[in-house]
Amino acid sequence: MSFELYITQQIINAVSLGSLYALVAIGLSMIFGILRMTNFAHGDMMMVGGFSTLVLQNLGLGFGWAVVGGIGVGALAGVIVERTAYRPVRGAPEVTLLLTSLAVTYILENLGILIFTSSAQNFPLPDWMDSAFQLYNGQITFTQINLLTVALTGVALTALGWFVTRTDIGLGMRAAAEDMGAAHLVGLDVNRLIVVAFAIASGFAGLAGVLWAAQSGVVEPYMGFTPLLKAFVAAIIGGFGSIAGALLGGYLLGALEVFIVAFFPSEISPYRDAIVFCLLIAFLLFRPNGLLKRTQEVKL
Amino acid sequence: MPERAQGEPGPVGKERSAAALLEVSDLRVNYGAVAAIRGVNLSVAAGEVVALLGANGAGKSTMLRTISGLSRPRSGRIVLGGEAIHRLPPARIVRLGIAHCPEGRRVFGSLTVAENLRLGAAARADRAGVAKDREHIYAMFPILSERRTQSAGTLSGGEQQMLALGRALMAQPRILLLDEPSLGLAPLLVQQIFRTLAELKASGVTMLLVEQNINLALDLADRAYVLRTGEVSLKGSAAELKADYEAVAAAYLGART
Amino acid sequence: MSRMQSLLAVVAVLAVMGVFSVSAPALMNDYFVRILTVMCINAMLVVSMGLANGFTGVFSLGHMGFVGVGAYLSGVLSLSDAAKAAYLPDLPAWIAGLHLAFFPSTLVAGLVCIVLALLVGAPLMRLSGHFVSVATLGFLIIVNVVLINADVYTRGARTFTGVPLETTLPWAMAWLLLTLVVLARIVYSPKGRAWRAVREDIIAAQAIGIDVLPTRLSAFVIGAFFAGVGGSLYGHYLGSFSPAGFYFAYTFSLISMLVIGGMRSITGAVLGVVIVSLLSELLRNLERGFDIGFVAVPPLYGASQIVLGIILILIMIFRPSGVMGDLELSFGRIAALLHKGRKE
Repeated sequence: MSFELYITQQIINAVSLGSLYALVAIGLSMIFGILRMTNFAHGDMMMVGGFSTLVLQNLGLGFGWAVVGGIGVGALAGVIVERTAYRPVRGAPEVTLLLTSLAVTYILENLGILIFTSSAQNFPLPDWMDSAFQLYNGQITFTQINLLTVALTGVALTALGWFVTRTDIGLGMRAAAEDMGAAHLVGLDVNRLIVVAFAIASGFAGLAGVLWAAQSGVVEPYMGFTPLLKAFVAAIIGGFGSIAGALLGGYLLGALEVFIVAFFPSEISPYRDAIVFCLLIAFLLFRPNGLLKRTQEVKL
Repeated sequence: MPERAQGEPGPVGKERSAAALLEVSDLRVNYGAVAAIRGVNLSVAAGEVVALLGANGAGKSTMLRTISGLSRPRSGRIVLGGEAIHRLPPARIVRLGIAHCPEGRRVFGSLTVAENLRLGAAARADRAGVAKDREHIYAMFPILSERRTQSAGTLSGGEQQMLALGRALMAQPRILLLDEPSLGLAPLLVQQIFRTLAELKASGVTMLLVEQNINLALDLADRAYVLRTGEVSLKGSAAELKADYEAVAAAYLGART
Repeated sequence: MSRMQSLLAVVAVLAVMGVFSVSAPALMNDYFVRILTVMCINAMLVVSMGLANGFTGVFSLGHMGFVGVGAYLSGVLSLSDAAKAAYLPDLPAWIAGLHLAFFPSTLVAGLVCIVLALLVGAPLMRLSGHFVSVATLGFLIIVNVVLINADVYTRGARTFTGVPLETTLPWAMAWLLLTLVVLARIVYSPKGRAWRAVREDIIAAQAIGIDVLPTRLSAFVIGAFFAGVGGSLYGHYLGSFSPAGFYFAYTFSLISMLVIGGMRSITGAVLGVVIVSLLSELLRNLERGFDIGFVAVPPLYGASQIVLGIILILIMIFRPSGVMGDLELSFGRIAALLHKGRKE
């Protein structure tokens, strides 16, 4: 296979993976931006989205509607978590927020085990999704799932962009993320903004969960764990708290992972995750504001 | 003669006036374990400009923050037009008609001038009125109109102060709280700001002004209170206070009677 | 009585219990002996984790990384030659030749963790707040990945087995006592006051000249030593284990013990171990399903963890400083409770 074709295939893979990371990282950055809180439970919204779509399909709903439903349930789950677990501790020291989100993660994952057992469940896809586009005599494969990923992510990102720049609520969220106190002073209903932020963030994570399940073929209670951590890396690379940064970081990370596996000797591949986290630590030490953000309180 | 305040409002109590728009009674506010406000009574009548003077740490900013709902009082009452507001969340208080122009301006630097103004009206529902007021603000501050698509972070200190003022006015407040509008600004700009405030006063805007610059404050205000370590140590009409400089100095620093 | 003196007195009581521990197998059921042993190990791990977390305000999520390193390192060192040949056939000669007894291999585990903690901590302890937490979580993941992939040394994701079952109750108690004594001496010394100052208010601490980085690093390194030792003890208690056992689930278990008991006192950490261990045992029995009257409740796997998580959240909301709060158990306090009005 020629080099250009090989690279093109890797780019397709990178975009596919990067979209997932971007979706999760954006939500993570949104919540951090507005609440200064690291939401470890964010990854589990992927699980909620994936399982909800599975259940809805089993109940007879068509794939399309099941996906919409999965996203909706994910958004709802985020709102519920915020209301019950996070709002009572709002304003508490960082450690408290961190521990609360760890507890929520633990509860959600075990809830998943309780309801669905800890083994992976098959995630069925409609038949039309089983095909792929074969280009250049089958040297490049562009699956329907790739297409779905890119399409849905594109729609989601466009909608978010419109929402954040053109609506009043979006404007309020940007203001609150910059200066929460001043947001109070101009009379913004900050509670409502936070709820909206959680709904969008968790909905995005739910979508990511559905797409992840589609790509891997299974859903299981711990599916959100590793993507969450990768999303952290992506968000921090791009600048924690910045939506644009999370977007950039997500795709960069996707590219990095794909290229590590594609271009380095195969002995290195299993250490891919370790390399990613070394990168995280490197960024935290040397470029804590990430690539896009300007000022932030990261170091002593 | 300006009266020495003793806790209870005096017999000529404007505090008792029926036209009082804002009434603060026996307010006590703590910052953690420290008592920042220790039993303050003050009032602002509709159309008045009242100045709140005092040294750093006397509690002036805390007063404004408590009135606008950012801090909760430990005890006491704050009444706006007959309605008790001391337990309400800040957003509600804004909707009831108090706009707070905070110390240090605190404009949203990453947002444009136009967006900042739009946010000032966040608690309002009448779109047409909002649009009209926005044009009014642009007329009052032509420089903001020029820079309306620029991000607020690129504005100079004086321009940001005008933006903060405009943003507060966008809420169509019944009473405007101003926290140190002259802070950090060159004298020429300060004059400009206070000229604008005088125009606003002439058009009937009610204000509670916290200010370090005593002269400018007393020139603008109708009445004034001096705070010292969380208590009112002197109050009276602006004319009275301007005439008795010694009393004001004593009230700032504390002196034997 | 000064706080430290009375805490040491409590520790002395525990020493008496140590004597008891030697005779325990003769006195009670093997099941209880095993539970006590695990509780001692967990207490060591929780207290050492609390050192960095509760006393200097930095929440390290990577503690388990050191525990895992300790378990595997000491495990490899104490495998018999036969076991090495059977389970780790590709082990390089220089390690295959090494064989250490239980105590030395435990010590080595602890010392290696010290070095590792210095390497990892030097850059990381500089970070603030949740960034340390995320970074140390990254460390945990890196350790996990390495353990899984360096299968020449670790048998990878498969069960690592053959470790001699050397951890008896006396060993566990002895190490626990040592940990408590050392930590008590540190926490209630002038240096310890500096550490707690850092937790309370970093800026104020820096203002009075306390250098934050060495403070945090020291706590991190000492915590890592005891984590490594604890890992060795745990490994020699289980006899066989895998990388998954030193990952997120165990981390959360320890965190819940730390938080529920109280992050601000050593007694709190120990108390947390007791509470959570008992609670877990109780809930685990419920998990198997039971009958209420004529209603048969089916097995609810994972329910005990959910309950634990909910308790943790409730503690965060209503009593973030845990059951013990700021208090340290001491004879002075007990006496004061008994004689009301007596001043401490």
